[in-house]
Amino acid sequence: MALDKRTVARIASLARIRVEAEELEALAGELSQILAWVEELNAVDTRGVLPMASAAVSRLPMREDHVTDGGCREAILQNAPKSAKGFFVVPKVVE
Amino acid sequence: MTGRLPALTLAEARDGLKRKEFSARELIEAYIAAMERARPLNIFITETPERALEMARASDDRRARGSTRSLDGIPVAVKDLFCTKGVLTTAASHILDGFLPPYESTVTEKLWKSGAVLLGKTNCDEFAMGSSTTTSFYGPTLSPWRRPGDNRPLVAGGSSGGSAAAIAARAALGAVGTDTGGSIRQPASFCGIVGLKPSYGRCSRWGVVAYASSLDHPGPLARTVRDAAILLAAMAGHDPKDSTSAPLPVPDFEAALSGDIRGLRIGVPAEYRSSGMPAEIDALWEKGAGWLAAAGARVKEISLPMTRYALPAYYIIAPAEASSNLARYDGVRFGLRVDAGNIDEMYELTRAAGFGAEVRRRILIGTYVLSAGYYEAYYLKAQRVRALVAGDFRKAFETVDLILAPTAPSAAFAVGEKSKDPIAMYLNDVFTVTANLAGLPAISVPAGLSGDGLPLGLQLIGRAFDEETVFRAAGVLEDAAEFRHLPEFLAQDGR
Repeated sequence: MALDKRTVARIASLARIRVEAEELEALAGELSQILAWVEELNAVDTRGVLPMASAAVSRLPMREDHVTDGGCREAILQNAPKSAKGFFVVPKVVE
Repeated sequence: MTGRLPALTLAEARDGLKRKEFSARELIEAYIAAMERARPLNIFITETPERALEMARASDDRRARGSTRSLDGIPVAVKDLFCTKGVLTTAASHILDGFLPPYESTVTEKLWKSGAVLLGKTNCDEFAMGSSTTTSFYGPTLSPWRRPGDNRPLVAGGSSGGSAAAIAARAALGAVGTDTGGSIRQPASFCGIVGLKPSYGRCSRWGVVAYASSLDHPGPLARTVRDAAILLAAMAGHDPKDSTSAPLPVPDFEAALSGDIRGLRIGVPAEYRSSGMPAEIDALWEKGAGWLAAAGARVKEISLPMTRYALPAYYIIAPAEASSNLARYDGVRFGLRVDAGNIDEMYELTRAAGFGAEVRRRILIGTYVLSAGYYEAYYLKAQRVRALVAGDFRKAFETVDLILAPTAPSAAFAVGEKSKDPIAMYLNDVFTVTANLAGLPAISVPAGLSGDGLPLGLQLIGRAFDEETVFRAAGVLEDAAEFRHLPEFLAQDGR
Protein backbone atom coordinates (compact mmCIF):
# COMPACT_ATOMS: atom_id res chain seq x y z
CA MET A 1 0.00 0.00 0.00
CA ALA A 2 1.37 3.39 -0.99
CA LEU A 3 1.30 5.99 1.76
CA ASP A 4 0.48 9.58 0.87
CA LYS A 5 1.94 12.63 2.53
CA ARG A 6 -1.13 13.14 4.67
CA THR A 7 -0.88 9.61 6.10
CA VAL A 8 2.82 10.05 6.86
CA ALA A 9 2.05 13.32 8.65
CA ARG A 10 -0.63 11.54 10.69
CA ILE A 11 1.71 8.66 11.66
CA ALA A 12 4.45 11.11 12.57
CA SER A 13 2.04 12.97 14.79
CA LEU A 14 0.93 9.69 16.44
CA ALA A 15 4.62 8.85 17.01
CA ARG A 16 5.29 12.37 18.32
CA ILE A 17 8.10 13.00 15.87
CA ARG A 18 8.12 16.35 14.08
CA VAL A 19 8.53 15.84 10.34
CA GLU A 20 8.93 19.00 8.29
CA ALA A 21 6.55 19.43 5.33
CA GLU A 22 9.36 19.25 2.78
CA GLU A 23 10.47 15.84 4.13
CA LEU A 24 7.05 14.20 3.77
CA GLU A 25 7.29 13.35 0.10
CA ALA A 26 10.61 11.47 0.33
CA LEU A 27 9.57 9.73 3.53
CA ALA A 28 6.26 8.63 1.99
CA GLY A 29 8.27 7.06 -0.85
CA GLU A 30 10.61 5.17 1.48
CA LEU A 31 7.86 3.90 3.75
CA SER A 32 5.71 2.84 0.79
CA GLN A 33 8.62 0.89 -0.63
CA ILE A 34 9.08 -0.98 2.67
CA LEU A 35 5.36 -1.66 2.99
CA ALA A 36 5.17 -2.95 -0.59
CA TRP A 37 7.98 -5.35 0.26
CA VAL A 38 6.45 -6.68 3.50
CA GLU A 39 3.14 -7.21 1.71
CA GLU A 40 4.78 -10.33 0.29
CA LEU A 41 3.29 -11.89 3.43
CA ASN A 42 -0.15 -11.78 1.87
CA ALA A 43 0.91 -14.78 -0.21
CA VAL A 44 1.08 -16.92 2.95
CA ASP A 45 -2.00 -18.83 4.01
CA THR A 46 -2.27 -18.17 7.74
CA ARG A 47 -5.83 -19.31 8.28
CA GLY A 48 -6.17 -20.99 11.66
CA VAL A 49 -2.63 -20.03 12.74
CA LEU A 50 -2.37 -18.38 16.13
CA PRO A 51 -0.21 -15.22 16.28
CA MET A 52 3.12 -15.81 17.99
CA ALA A 53 4.07 -12.94 20.27
CA SER A 54 7.17 -14.43 21.85
CA ALA A 55 9.49 -17.42 21.99
CA ALA A 56 9.65 -17.26 25.79
CA VAL A 57 9.44 -20.68 27.40
CA SER A 58 7.74 -19.80 30.65
CA ARG A 59 4.37 -18.29 31.29
CA LEU A 60 4.33 -14.89 32.89
CA PRO A 61 5.62 -15.59 36.41
CA MET A 62 3.70 -14.42 39.47
CA ARG A 63 5.26 -13.16 42.67
CA GLU A 64 4.18 -11.77 46.01
CA ASP A 65 2.84 -8.24 45.68
CA HIS A 66 5.40 -6.35 47.74
CA VAL A 67 7.93 -3.62 47.12
CA THR A 68 11.28 -4.98 45.89
CA ASP A 69 13.00 -1.76 44.94
CA GLY A 70 12.57 1.97 45.37
CA GLY A 71 13.34 4.85 47.68
CA CYS A 72 15.87 6.19 45.20
CA ARG A 73 14.29 9.41 43.98
CA GLU A 74 17.58 11.21 43.63
CA ALA A 75 19.10 8.46 41.51
CA ILE A 76 16.06 8.52 39.25
CA LEU A 77 16.05 12.30 38.89
CA GLN A 78 19.76 12.60 38.28
CA ASN A 79 19.29 12.06 34.53
CA ALA A 80 16.33 14.42 34.16
CA PRO A 81 16.92 17.32 31.76
CA LYS A 82 14.93 19.44 34.23
CA SER A 83 13.85 18.71 37.78
CA ALA A 84 12.83 20.69 40.82
CA LYS A 85 11.93 19.82 44.41
CA GLY A 86 12.08 16.10 43.71
CA PHE A 87 9.94 16.18 40.56
CA PHE A 88 10.41 16.08 36.80
CA VAL A 89 9.65 19.44 35.23
CA VAL A 90 7.73 19.68 31.94
CA PRO A 91 6.12 22.60 30.11
CA LYS A 92 2.79 23.64 31.60
CA VAL A 93 0.05 21.21 30.56
CA VAL A 94 -3.09 22.61 32.26
CA GLU A 95 -4.18 26.13 31.36
CA MET B 1 56.17 -13.27 29.10
CA THR B 2 53.94 -10.30 28.38
CA GLY B 3 55.35 -10.17 24.83
CA ARG B 4 53.02 -12.95 23.75
CA LEU B 5 49.90 -11.46 25.36
CA PRO B 6 48.38 -10.16 22.09
CA ALA B 7 48.19 -13.60 20.50
CA LEU B 8 46.45 -15.26 23.46
CA THR B 9 42.81 -16.22 23.28
CA LEU B 10 40.52 -15.56 26.23
CA ALA B 11 40.91 -19.16 27.41
CA GLU B 12 44.70 -18.97 27.11
CA ALA B 13 44.84 -15.64 28.95
CA ARG B 14 42.66 -17.11 31.68
CA ASP B 15 45.03 -20.05 32.03
CA GLY B 16 48.09 -17.78 31.92
CA LEU B 17 46.66 -15.69 34.74
CA LYS B 18 45.97 -18.86 36.67
CA ARG B 19 49.58 -19.96 36.27
CA LYS B 20 50.68 -16.44 37.32
CA GLU B 21 52.63 -15.97 34.07
CA PHE B 22 51.35 -12.39 34.07
CA SER B 23 49.08 -10.30 36.24
CA ALA B 24 45.63 -8.92 35.46
CA ARG B 25 47.23 -5.51 35.66
CA GLU B 26 49.74 -6.38 32.92
CA LEU B 27 47.00 -7.87 30.75
CA ILE B 28 44.67 -4.90 31.22
CA GLU B 29 47.45 -2.38 30.59
CA ALA B 30 48.21 -4.12 27.29
CA TYR B 31 44.55 -3.96 26.30
CA ILE B 32 44.13 -0.33 27.35
CA ALA B 33 47.07 0.53 25.09
CA ALA B 34 45.48 -1.55 22.31
CA MET B 35 42.14 0.20 22.77
CA GLU B 36 43.93 3.54 22.33
CA ARG B 37 45.75 2.37 19.21
CA ALA B 38 42.46 1.19 17.74
CA ARG B 39 40.88 4.67 17.94
CA PRO B 40 41.04 5.26 14.16
CA LEU B 41 38.46 2.46 13.78
CA ASN B 42 35.97 4.23 16.09
CA ILE B 43 35.24 1.05 18.02
CA PHE B 44 34.49 2.52 21.43
CA ILE B 45 32.02 5.27 22.25
CA THR B 46 33.35 5.43 25.81
CA GLU B 47 36.67 4.09 27.10
CA THR B 48 36.88 3.28 30.80
CA PRO B 49 40.61 2.80 31.45
CA GLU B 50 40.60 4.01 35.08
CA ARG B 51 37.80 1.69 35.98
CA ALA B 52 39.55 -1.14 34.12
CA LEU B 53 42.74 -0.64 36.12
CA GLU B 54 40.76 -0.55 39.35
CA MET B 55 38.98 -3.78 38.43
CA ALA B 56 42.33 -5.35 37.44
CA ARG B 57 43.78 -4.43 40.82
CA ALA B 58 40.80 -6.03 42.57
CA SER B 59 41.26 -9.12 40.41
CA ASP B 60 44.95 -9.44 41.27
CA ASP B 61 44.04 -9.02 44.95
CA ARG B 62 41.49 -11.82 44.72
CA ARG B 63 44.01 -14.06 43.02
CA ALA B 64 46.60 -13.32 45.70
CA ARG B 65 44.00 -14.36 48.28
CA GLY B 66 43.31 -17.52 46.32
CA SER B 67 39.68 -16.80 45.48
CA THR B 68 39.46 -16.44 41.71
CA ARG B 69 36.46 -16.47 39.43
CA SER B 70 35.79 -17.77 35.92
CA LEU B 71 36.66 -14.56 34.04
CA ASP B 72 39.02 -13.02 36.56
CA GLY B 73 41.10 -10.26 34.95
CA ILE B 74 39.71 -10.73 31.42
CA PRO B 75 39.23 -7.46 29.45
CA VAL B 76 35.74 -7.21 28.00
CA ALA B 77 34.14 -4.70 25.63
CA VAL B 78 30.44 -4.04 26.11
CA LYS B 79 28.01 -2.87 23.45
CA ASP B 80 26.70 0.54 24.41
CA LEU B 81 23.21 -0.88 24.70
CA PHE B 82 23.89 -2.44 28.12
CA CYS B 83 23.31 -0.09 31.04
CA THR B 84 26.44 0.29 33.11
CA LYS B 85 26.06 2.05 36.43
CA GLY B 86 27.56 5.53 36.34
CA VAL B 87 29.11 4.94 32.89
CA LEU B 88 27.67 6.79 29.89
CA THR B 89 25.19 4.56 28.01
CA THR B 90 23.98 5.92 24.68
CA ALA B 91 22.58 3.14 22.46
CA ALA B 92 24.61 5.13 19.89
CA SER B 93 21.77 7.66 19.84
CA HIS B 94 21.78 11.43 20.25
CA ILE B 95 18.57 11.09 22.28
CA LEU B 96 20.44 9.42 25.16
CA ASP B 97 22.97 12.25 25.45
CA GLY B 98 24.61 12.20 28.83
CA PHE B 99 22.63 9.24 30.21
CA LEU B 100 24.37 7.76 33.26
CA PRO B 101 22.35 4.70 34.28
CA PRO B 102 21.71 4.48 38.02
CA TYR B 103 21.75 0.68 37.69
CA GLU B 104 23.71 -2.13 36.06
CA SER B 105 22.29 -4.56 33.47
CA THR B 106 22.00 -8.14 34.72
CA VAL B 107 24.35 -9.50 32.04
CA THR B 108 27.14 -7.02 32.81
CA GLU B 109 26.59 -7.43 36.55
CA LYS B 110 27.15 -11.16 36.08
CA LEU B 111 30.31 -10.51 34.07
CA TRP B 112 31.79 -8.30 36.81
CA LYS B 113 30.82 -10.88 39.43
CA SER B 114 32.77 -13.40 37.35
CA GLY B 115 35.80 -11.14 37.58
CA ALA B 116 35.69 -9.67 34.06
CA VAL B 117 37.07 -6.17 33.53
CA LEU B 118 35.21 -3.44 31.62
CA LEU B 119 37.42 -1.83 28.96
CA GLY B 120 34.77 0.38 27.45
CA LYS B 121 31.43 0.69 25.70
CA THR B 122 31.34 -0.16 22.03
CA ASN B 123 29.74 1.52 19.07
CA CYS B 124 26.71 0.03 17.32
CA ASP B 125 23.90 1.01 15.03
CA GLU B 126 21.57 3.50 16.70
CA PHE B 127 19.29 1.50 19.03
CA ALA B 128 20.75 -1.62 17.33
CA MET B 129 18.79 -0.79 14.17
CA GLY B 130 21.07 -1.64 11.30
CA SER B 131 23.52 -4.14 9.87
CA SER B 132 26.63 -2.01 9.44
CA THR B 133 27.24 0.20 12.51
CA THR B 134 26.85 3.20 10.22
CA THR B 135 23.62 4.55 11.73
CA SER B 136 25.41 5.43 14.97
CA PHE B 137 25.22 9.06 16.10
CA TYR B 138 28.93 8.65 16.87
CA GLY B 139 29.88 7.80 13.29
CA PRO B 140 30.59 4.42 11.70
CA THR B 141 32.88 1.78 13.15
CA LEU B 142 35.40 0.67 10.54
CA SER B 143 36.39 -2.93 10.10
CA PRO B 144 40.01 -3.81 10.84
CA TRP B 145 39.83 -5.73 7.55
CA ARG B 146 40.52 -4.27 4.10
CA ARG B 147 40.27 -5.88 0.70
CA PRO B 148 43.85 -6.57 -0.33
CA GLY B 149 45.00 -3.77 -2.63
CA ASP B 150 41.94 -1.66 -1.90
CA ASN B 151 42.05 1.17 0.61
CA ARG B 152 38.34 1.81 0.96
CA PRO B 153 37.16 1.40 4.56
CA LEU B 154 34.74 -1.47 5.11
CA VAL B 155 31.88 -1.79 7.56
CA ALA B 156 32.33 -4.00 10.61
CA GLY B 157 28.78 -5.25 10.20
CA GLY B 158 26.09 -4.54 12.73
CA SER B 159 24.50 -3.74 14.83
CA SER B 160 27.18 -5.05 17.27
CA GLY B 161 29.94 -3.80 14.94
CA GLY B 162 32.05 -2.16 17.64
CA SER B 163 32.09 -5.34 19.72
CA ALA B 164 33.04 -7.47 16.69
CA ALA B 165 35.76 -5.05 15.54
CA ALA B 166 37.17 -4.90 19.09
CA ILE B 167 37.72 -8.65 19.06
CA ALA B 168 39.06 -8.81 15.49
CA ALA B 169 41.47 -5.90 16.05
CA ARG B 170 42.65 -7.39 19.36
CA ALA B 171 41.35 -4.45 21.33
CA ALA B 172 39.43 -6.78 23.70
CA LEU B 173 39.53 -10.47 24.63
CA GLY B 174 35.79 -10.87 24.96
CA ALA B 175 32.80 -8.78 23.99
CA VAL B 176 29.07 -8.71 24.51
CA GLY B 177 26.52 -7.67 21.97
CA THR B 178 22.84 -8.07 21.24
CA ASP B 179 21.22 -9.86 18.32
CA THR B 180 17.69 -8.93 17.24
CA GLY B 181 17.86 -10.03 13.59
CA GLY B 182 21.51 -11.06 13.22
CA SER B 183 23.33 -8.27 15.03
CA ILE B 184 25.90 -10.54 16.71
CA ARG B 185 26.34 -13.17 13.99
CA GLN B 186 26.57 -10.92 10.92
CA PRO B 187 29.32 -8.63 12.35
CA ALA B 188 31.12 -11.75 13.62
CA SER B 189 31.03 -13.12 10.06
CA PHE B 190 32.23 -9.79 8.59
CA CYS B 191 35.10 -9.50 11.09
CA GLY B 192 36.29 -13.12 11.04
CA ILE B 193 35.39 -13.95 14.64
CA VAL B 194 32.89 -16.09 16.58
CA GLY B 195 29.51 -14.71 17.65
CA LEU B 196 26.67 -16.52 19.39
CA LYS B 197 23.03 -15.65 19.81
CA PRO B 198 21.77 -17.90 22.62
CA SER B 199 18.22 -19.16 23.05
CA TYR B 200 15.59 -16.55 23.87
CA GLY B 201 15.51 -16.27 27.66
CA ARG B 202 19.01 -17.68 28.22
CA CYS B 203 20.48 -14.23 28.97
CA SER B 204 18.49 -11.62 30.81
CA ARG B 205 17.45 -8.51 28.92
CA TRP B 206 17.13 -6.49 32.11
CA GLY B 207 19.04 -3.24 31.78
CA VAL B 208 19.58 -3.67 28.05
CA VAL B 209 18.20 -0.77 26.02
CA ALA B 210 15.21 -2.34 24.30
CA TYR B 211 14.79 -2.43 20.53
CA ALA B 212 12.32 -5.28 19.90
CA SER B 213 11.78 -7.08 23.19
CA SER B 214 10.54 -10.41 21.81
CA LEU B 215 13.54 -10.63 19.46
CA ASP B 216 16.42 -9.05 21.43
CA HIS B 217 19.06 -11.56 22.59
CA PRO B 218 22.23 -10.62 24.50
CA GLY B 219 25.19 -12.84 23.59
CA PRO B 220 28.98 -13.12 23.38
CA LEU B 221 31.51 -12.30 20.64
CA ALA B 222 35.00 -13.79 20.86
CA ARG B 223 38.00 -15.06 18.95
CA THR B 224 37.19 -18.74 19.39
CA VAL B 225 34.27 -21.02 20.07
CA ARG B 226 35.77 -21.92 23.45
CA ASP B 227 36.03 -18.24 24.38
CA ALA B 228 32.38 -17.72 23.45
CA ALA B 229 31.38 -20.71 25.60
CA ILE B 230 33.27 -19.32 28.60
CA LEU B 231 31.66 -15.90 28.18
CA LEU B 232 28.14 -17.27 27.76
CA ALA B 233 28.45 -19.33 30.95
CA ALA B 234 29.16 -16.12 32.84
CA MET B 235 26.39 -14.11 31.16
CA ALA B 236 23.55 -16.63 31.26
CA GLY B 237 21.06 -17.60 33.90
CA HIS B 238 17.58 -16.95 35.22
CA ASP B 239 16.79 -13.40 36.28
CA PRO B 240 13.58 -12.62 38.17
CA LYS B 241 13.82 -9.05 36.84
CA ASP B 242 13.18 -10.26 33.25
CA SER B 243 9.86 -12.09 33.08
CA THR B 244 10.94 -13.77 29.82
CA SER B 245 14.16 -15.08 31.34
CA ALA B 246 14.18 -18.89 31.38
CA PRO B 247 14.19 -20.54 34.83
CA LEU B 248 16.69 -23.18 33.69
CA PRO B 249 20.11 -24.16 35.02
CA VAL B 250 23.18 -23.02 33.06
CA PRO B 251 25.22 -25.95 31.72
CA ASP B 252 29.02 -25.96 31.60
CA PHE B 253 29.25 -24.88 27.96
CA GLU B 254 33.03 -25.25 27.80
CA ALA B 255 32.74 -28.90 28.84
CA ALA B 256 30.48 -29.46 25.82
CA LEU B 257 33.46 -28.95 23.49
CA SER B 258 34.27 -32.65 23.24
CA GLY B 259 35.12 -32.53 19.55
CA ASP B 260 32.96 -35.60 19.04
CA ILE B 261 30.04 -35.15 16.65
CA ARG B 262 29.81 -38.72 15.42
CA GLY B 263 26.23 -39.56 14.56
CA LEU B 264 25.01 -35.97 14.89
CA ARG B 265 22.35 -35.19 12.30
CA ILE B 266 22.95 -31.92 10.45
CA GLY B 267 20.26 -30.36 8.27
CA VAL B 268 20.99 -28.18 5.26
CA PRO B 269 17.89 -26.10 4.40
CA ALA B 270 17.15 -26.19 0.67
CA GLU B 271 15.32 -22.84 0.77
CA TYR B 272 18.43 -20.95 1.88
CA ARG B 273 19.98 -21.67 -1.50
CA SER B 274 17.35 -20.08 -3.66
CA SER B 275 17.79 -16.41 -2.88
CA GLY B 276 20.45 -15.55 -5.47
CA MET B 277 23.33 -16.54 -3.25
CA PRO B 278 26.88 -15.79 -4.48
CA ALA B 279 28.66 -18.94 -5.70
CA GLU B 280 31.54 -18.55 -3.23
CA ILE B 281 29.16 -18.62 -0.27
CA ASP B 282 27.39 -21.64 -1.64
CA ALA B 283 30.80 -23.33 -2.08
CA LEU B 284 31.86 -22.51 1.48
CA TRP B 285 28.58 -23.87 2.80
CA GLU B 286 29.17 -27.09 0.88
CA LYS B 287 32.69 -27.27 2.29
CA GLY B 288 31.35 -26.81 5.83
CA ALA B 289 28.90 -29.66 5.35
CA GLY B 290 31.82 -31.78 4.12
CA TRP B 291 33.88 -30.97 7.22
CA LEU B 292 31.06 -31.99 9.54
CA ALA B 293 30.46 -35.18 7.54
CA ALA B 294 34.17 -36.02 7.67
CA ALA B 295 33.97 -35.72 11.47
CA GLY B 296 31.22 -38.33 11.53
CA ALA B 297 28.05 -36.24 11.32
CA ARG B 298 25.23 -37.20 9.00
CA VAL B 299 24.33 -34.33 6.71
CA LYS B 300 20.96 -34.25 4.97
CA GLU B 301 18.84 -31.75 3.13
CA ILE B 302 15.84 -30.36 5.00
CA SER B 303 13.06 -27.95 4.15
CA LEU B 304 12.20 -24.67 5.88
CA PRO B 305 9.45 -23.50 3.51
CA MET B 306 8.70 -20.21 5.29
CA THR B 307 12.28 -18.91 5.02
CA ARG B 308 11.57 -16.22 2.45
CA TYR B 309 8.78 -14.75 4.57
CA ALA B 310 10.85 -14.47 7.74
CA LEU B 311 12.50 -11.17 6.81
CA PRO B 312 9.33 -9.30 5.83
CA ALA B 313 7.65 -10.61 9.01
CA TYR B 314 10.62 -9.35 11.01
CA TYR B 315 10.34 -5.92 9.41
CA ILE B 316 6.81 -5.62 10.71
CA ILE B 317 7.28 -7.13 14.17
CA ALA B 318 10.57 -5.44 15.07
CA PRO B 319 9.49 -1.90 14.09
CA ALA B 320 6.15 -2.44 15.85
CA GLU B 321 7.89 -3.37 19.10
CA ALA B 322 10.42 -0.58 18.57
CA SER B 323 7.74 2.07 18.14
CA SER B 324 6.33 1.03 21.50
CA ASN B 325 9.69 0.64 23.28
CA LEU B 326 11.07 3.93 22.03
CA ALA B 327 8.03 5.89 23.21
CA ARG B 328 9.92 6.39 26.47
CA TYR B 329 12.36 8.85 24.87
CA ASP B 330 10.32 11.96 25.47
CA GLY B 331 12.78 14.48 26.87
CA VAL B 332 11.31 14.23 30.37
CA ARG B 333 13.27 11.69 32.37
CA PHE B 334 16.63 11.30 30.69
CA GLY B 335 18.71 12.29 27.69
CA LEU B 336 18.09 15.03 25.20
CA ARG B 337 15.37 17.66 25.52
CA VAL B 338 14.50 20.34 23.01
CA ASP B 339 12.57 23.02 24.86
CA ALA B 340 9.29 24.25 23.46
CA GLY B 341 6.24 26.21 24.53
CA ASN B 342 3.99 23.20 25.13
CA ILE B 343 4.54 19.58 26.00
CA ASP B 344 3.48 18.05 22.67
CA GLU B 345 5.82 20.31 20.78
CA MET B 346 8.59 19.43 23.24
CA TYR B 347 8.04 15.71 22.59
CA GLU B 348 7.96 16.19 18.82
CA LEU B 349 11.01 18.41 18.59
CA THR B 350 13.02 16.30 21.05
CA ARG B 351 12.30 13.11 19.15
CA ALA B 352 12.91 14.75 15.76
CA ALA B 353 16.31 16.00 16.92
CA GLY B 354 17.24 12.89 18.89
CA PHE B 355 16.49 10.03 16.49
CA GLY B 356 18.45 9.35 13.31
CA ALA B 357 16.91 8.56 9.92
CA GLU B 358 16.77 4.75 10.28
CA VAL B 359 15.30 4.86 13.79
CA ARG B 360 12.70 7.38 12.66
CA ARG B 361 11.86 5.17 9.68
CA ARG B 362 11.30 2.13 11.88
CA ILE B 363 9.28 4.02 14.48
CA LEU B 364 7.00 5.34 11.74
CA ILE B 365 6.58 1.91 10.11
CA GLY B 366 5.89 0.42 13.54
CA THR B 367 3.38 3.10 14.42
CA TYR B 368 1.61 2.54 11.12
CA VAL B 369 1.33 -1.25 11.38
CA LEU B 370 -0.02 -0.95 14.92
CA SER B 371 -2.49 1.82 14.09
CA ALA B 372 -6.23 1.27 13.98
CA GLY B 373 -7.29 -0.47 10.79
CA TYR B 374 -3.86 -1.92 9.97
CA TYR B 375 -3.10 -3.95 13.09
CA GLU B 376 -4.75 -7.11 11.80
CA ALA B 377 -3.49 -6.81 8.20
CA TYR B 378 0.14 -6.21 9.11
CA TYR B 379 0.99 -6.93 12.73
CA LEU B 380 -1.16 -9.98 13.44
CA LYS B 381 -0.40 -11.33 9.97
CA ALA B 382 3.34 -11.07 10.69
CA GLN B 383 2.89 -12.79 14.05
CA ARG B 384 1.05 -15.63 12.34
CA VAL B 385 3.88 -15.98 9.83
CA ARG B 386 6.28 -15.97 12.78
CA ALA B 387 4.41 -18.96 14.20
CA LEU B 388 4.84 -20.74 10.87
CA VAL B 389 8.58 -19.97 10.78
CA ALA B 390 8.94 -21.42 14.28
CA GLY B 391 6.85 -24.41 13.18
CA ASP B 392 9.25 -25.07 10.28
CA PHE B 393 12.10 -25.38 12.76
CA ARG B 394 10.11 -27.58 15.13
CA LYS B 395 9.42 -29.95 12.29
CA ALA B 396 13.02 -29.90 11.06
CA PHE B 397 14.36 -30.71 14.52
CA GLU B 398 12.32 -33.90 14.54
CA THR B 399 14.82 -35.33 12.06
CA VAL B 400 18.03 -33.33 12.63
CA ASP B 401 19.99 -32.08 15.65
CA LEU B 402 21.47 -28.94 14.08
CA ILE B 403 21.07 -26.80 11.00
CA LEU B 404 24.04 -25.53 8.96
CA ALA B 405 23.69 -22.37 6.88
CA PRO B 406 25.72 -19.37 5.76
CA THR B 407 25.68 -16.47 8.21
CA ALA B 408 25.30 -13.63 5.73
CA PRO B 409 24.68 -13.33 1.99
CA SER B 410 27.94 -11.43 1.42
CA ALA B 411 31.26 -10.43 2.93
CA ALA B 412 31.71 -6.93 4.41
CA PHE B 413 30.86 -4.05 2.09
CA ALA B 414 32.30 -0.55 1.89
CA VAL B 415 31.08 2.18 4.23
CA GLY B 416 28.19 3.97 2.51
CA GLU B 417 27.69 1.24 -0.09
CA LYS B 418 24.21 0.14 0.97
CA SER B 419 22.99 3.10 2.96
CA LYS B 420 20.88 4.58 0.13
CA ASP B 421 18.46 1.67 -0.08
CA PRO B 422 16.95 0.48 3.23
CA ILE B 423 15.77 -2.84 1.82
CA ALA B 424 19.22 -3.71 0.39
CA MET B 425 20.55 -3.20 3.93
CA TYR B 426 17.73 -5.28 5.45
CA LEU B 427 18.64 -8.25 3.21
CA ASN B 428 21.86 -8.72 5.23
CA ASP B 429 19.72 -10.48 7.83
CA VAL B 430 18.10 -12.98 5.48
CA PHE B 431 19.87 -16.05 6.95
CA THR B 432 20.03 -14.92 10.57
CA VAL B 433 16.58 -13.51 11.29
CA THR B 434 14.78 -16.87 11.32
CA ALA B 435 16.56 -17.91 14.55
CA ASN B 436 15.44 -14.69 16.24
CA LEU B 437 11.81 -15.22 15.29
CA ALA B 438 11.97 -18.79 16.64
CA GLY B 439 14.18 -17.94 19.65
CA LEU B 440 16.78 -20.61 18.77
CA PRO B 441 20.51 -20.61 19.62
CA ALA B 442 22.76 -19.89 16.63
CA ILE B 443 26.47 -19.30 16.23
CA SER B 444 28.65 -17.86 13.47
CA VAL B 445 32.09 -19.39 13.01
CA PRO B 446 34.72 -17.94 10.64
CA ALA B 447 35.08 -20.52 7.89
CA GLY B 448 36.97 -19.00 4.96
CA LEU B 449 37.77 -15.96 2.84
CA SER B 450 35.78 -14.47 0.00
CA GLY B 451 37.30 -14.02 -3.44
CA ASP B 452 38.32 -10.50 -2.44
CA GLY B 453 40.05 -11.68 0.72
CA LEU B 454 37.41 -10.99 3.39
CA PRO B 455 36.10 -13.32 6.12
CA LEU B 456 32.95 -15.37 5.64
CA GLY B 457 31.14 -17.15 8.44
CA LEU B 458 29.06 -20.29 8.64
CA GLN B 459 26.13 -20.55 10.98
CA LEU B 460 24.89 -23.42 13.12
CA ILE B 461 21.35 -23.25 14.52
CA GLY B 462 20.25 -25.57 17.32
CA ARG B 463 17.22 -26.56 19.33
CA ALA B 464 16.03 -24.13 22.00
CA PHE B 465 18.34 -24.32 25.04
CA ASP B 466 20.65 -26.78 23.35
CA GLU B 467 23.61 -24.40 23.12
CA GLU B 468 25.82 -27.33 24.12
CA THR B 469 25.30 -29.15 20.82
CA VAL B 470 25.73 -25.86 18.96
CA PHE B 471 29.07 -25.28 20.69
CA ARG B 472 30.19 -28.86 20.20
CA ALA B 473 29.65 -28.83 16.44
CA ALA B 474 30.94 -25.24 16.16
CA GLY B 475 34.19 -26.39 17.74
CA VAL B 476 34.52 -29.11 15.11
CA LEU B 477 33.74 -26.63 12.33
CA GLU B 478 36.33 -24.22 13.73
CA ASP B 479 39.04 -26.89 13.87
CA ALA B 480 38.29 -28.05 10.34
CA ALA B 481 38.18 -24.53 8.87
CA GLU B 482 41.54 -23.61 10.42
CA PHE B 483 40.78 -19.94 9.93
CA ARG B 484 44.10 -18.27 10.80
CA HIS B 485 43.78 -15.13 8.70
CA LEU B 486 44.36 -11.83 10.42
CA PRO B 487 42.95 -8.42 9.52
CA GLU B 488 45.12 -5.67 8.10
CA PHE B 489 44.85 -3.64 11.29
CA LEU B 490 45.82 -5.13 14.65
CA ALA B 491 45.88 -2.96 17.76
CA GLN B 492 48.58 -5.23 19.17
CA ASP B 493 50.74 -7.45 17.06
CA GLY B 494 51.78 -10.86 18.28
CA ARG B 495 51.58 -13.00 15.17
